[in-house]
Amino acid sequence: MELFTNQVLAGIATGAIYACMALAVVMIYQAIDHLNFAQGEMAMFSTFISWQLMQWGVPYWAAFVITLAFSFVAGIAIERILFKPLAKAPVLTNVAGFIALFAIINSSAGLIWDFTIKQYPTPFGSAPFLGSQLISTHQAGMIGVTVLLLLGLYFFFQYTRIGLAMRAAASVPESARLVGINTSWMIALGWGMATAIGAIAGMLIAPVVFLEPNMMGGVLIYGFAAAVLGGLTSPFGAVVGGFLVGIFENLAGTYIPGVGNELKLPIALALIISVLVVKPAGLFGRHIVKRV
Amino acid sequence: MSAAEEVVAEGHQAVEAVPKRAMTLGTGTSLVVLAVLLIVPLFVKNFIIFQMTMLLIYGLAVLALNILTGGSGQFSLGQSAFYAVGAYTSAVLMEHANINYALTIPVSAAVCFGFGYLFGKPALRLSGVYLALATFALATAMPQLLKLNFLEHWTGGVQGLVVTKPDAPFGLPMSQDMWLYYFTLIVTIAIYIFSVNLLRSRSGRAFMAIRDNEIAASSMGVNVALYKTLAFGVSAAITGVAGSLGAIAVQFVAPDSYTITLAISLFLGMVVGGVGWLPGSFVGAAFIIFVPNMAESISKGLSGAVFGVLLFLVIYLVPHGARQVAILGQQLAGKLRKN
Repeated sequence: MELFTNQVLAGIATGAIYACMALAVVMIYQAIDHLNFAQGEMAMFSTFISWQLMQWGVPYWAAFVITLAFSFVAGIAIERILFKPLAKAPVLTNVAGFIALFAIINSSAGLIWDFTIKQYPTPFGSAPFLGSQLISTHQAGMIGVTVLLLLGLYFFFQYTRIGLAMRAAASVPESARLVGINTSWMIALGWGMATAIGAIAGMLIAPVVFLEPNMMGGVLIYGFAAAVLGGLTSPFGAVVGGFLVGIFENLAGTYIPGVGNELKLPIALALIISVLVVKPAGLFGRHIVKRV
Repeated sequence: MSAAEEVVAEGHQAVEAVPKRAMTLGTGTSLVVLAVLLIVPLFVKNFIIFQMTMLLIYGLAVLALNILTGGSGQFSLGQSAFYAVGAYTSAVLMEHANINYALTIPVSAAVCFGFGYLFGKPALRLSGVYLALATFALATAMPQLLKLNFLEHWTGGVQGLVVTKPDAPFGLPMSQDMWLYYFTLIVTIAIYIFSVNLLRSRSGRAFMAIRDNEIAASSMGVNVALYKTLAFGVSAAITGVAGSLGAIAVQFVAPDSYTITLAISLFLGMVVGGVGWLPGSFVGAAFIIFVPNMAESISKGLSGAVFGVLLFLVIYLVPHGARQVAILGQQLAGKLRKN
């Protein structure tokens, strides 16, 4: 029983990261109807920025805040410079754009910081949390930061004018434009926020997976799995999906014989496909009816 | 409107969004290309012959993706997985069962067709981004599937398998590289002709109807489910053949040769060559073989960045890839002739 509780709690902790990634993916998907395949690499780059700041002697939380600001601006810049001209282009062109961005960021991170694995500090420490053996303080910190972030986002979207405007621009762009919302800038804002959320995920997971240019590959796939499970059109679903995928991954790794660490990515694949087969819109997604 | 936007808009006017006719080269051009492909290897070094072989092999893999995307409008970021299945099928048959290399190729085509068909089954319900996502996950998971413990006896686990390079048959006075090149060329031509005919056939028109408007196609009586899985299966089979040839040419298979990077390269090859234009596949293949080499020679690790930047330039300036360049070239030549 203790093993079970332990695994579930650890699953919730990694699930928090998947939830962040999924949320970032869903935010961009809501805004422009495309999956950002470069989301993981963007998060990885942000994490490297914070690492570099700390190497220069900036304290952790200051580096954290500076990185968030940097990521927010960088996200907006990427949208304005690279993806705004592609707004009316076919899906294929957009997928190619994301793939190109993926390659550029991955390769530049390798050029600047090389491909060796680096230690990344945790601000919470790695002692057992509150003296219990179930969960470490870093895992507790991951859950705590994610919950704070989610609450913050909830209040932002529910109770602020600009949050409302962003929701309007994402769901009915034409009508939103008619009531005077600058939908184009709302999209850029969405990119900025998604990039910042991704940066949080990257900085929280880096102490666990270590810092290197390919560190987010697996995390992104789980983020996608979470987003699909919850429904690509539902931010709330993305978060629930993230926690579920985290728990499922850990339990499958522990209890299904032969899975272990090797088969963890194939599990995400199986999960994505089975969700899409059984319930294509995900748990909380909207079903979209198409017409000719 | 920014400069980049104007260019994109012009690009869309200059060329149709998807090619309706002119899927292939003209007869004259085709014969010239064929002659070059036949004669050049007689005069160059083995290393260049090897590179030309790889060009044909990647060209086949890009062609396969082109049938899927340019033909039926489905995306795949997971072609590396089918390439790997083909490569491993050949390697395992050759090394464990001592089967002749040429016979392993139809086997891996059949295996990959089955694999692609089965993967395409659930993919029926997925369109656009969802399919891209599922195949992206497949490509990421593939190296780990190949490393599985209980397959290790067959696949050689992390170490992979060494494949013997075949000698020229019937005592032909040819080096192994040259024989393999001509063997690959024959397979490539056969598949190319098959693909052209497939896209021109009734099935090909069904693919394109689905690509242009799935709902309209189904209301016209096209069996959307059947043709979508069929396109997936055919594409996987051709990719598998390319994988087999690749394994024989490189003489080695290992899980880490078939990562997401390979899938991305093939996708880039298709975009650069022009989606839906079959000869473009080989232009795209040249791009994905030579550009990384050149970039690596400037600085190690640079190739990804160069790839990405070039790809952005392509999608902004010539959204229809090599096909658009070819058409522009033709128009220019036409103008010169008039003057």
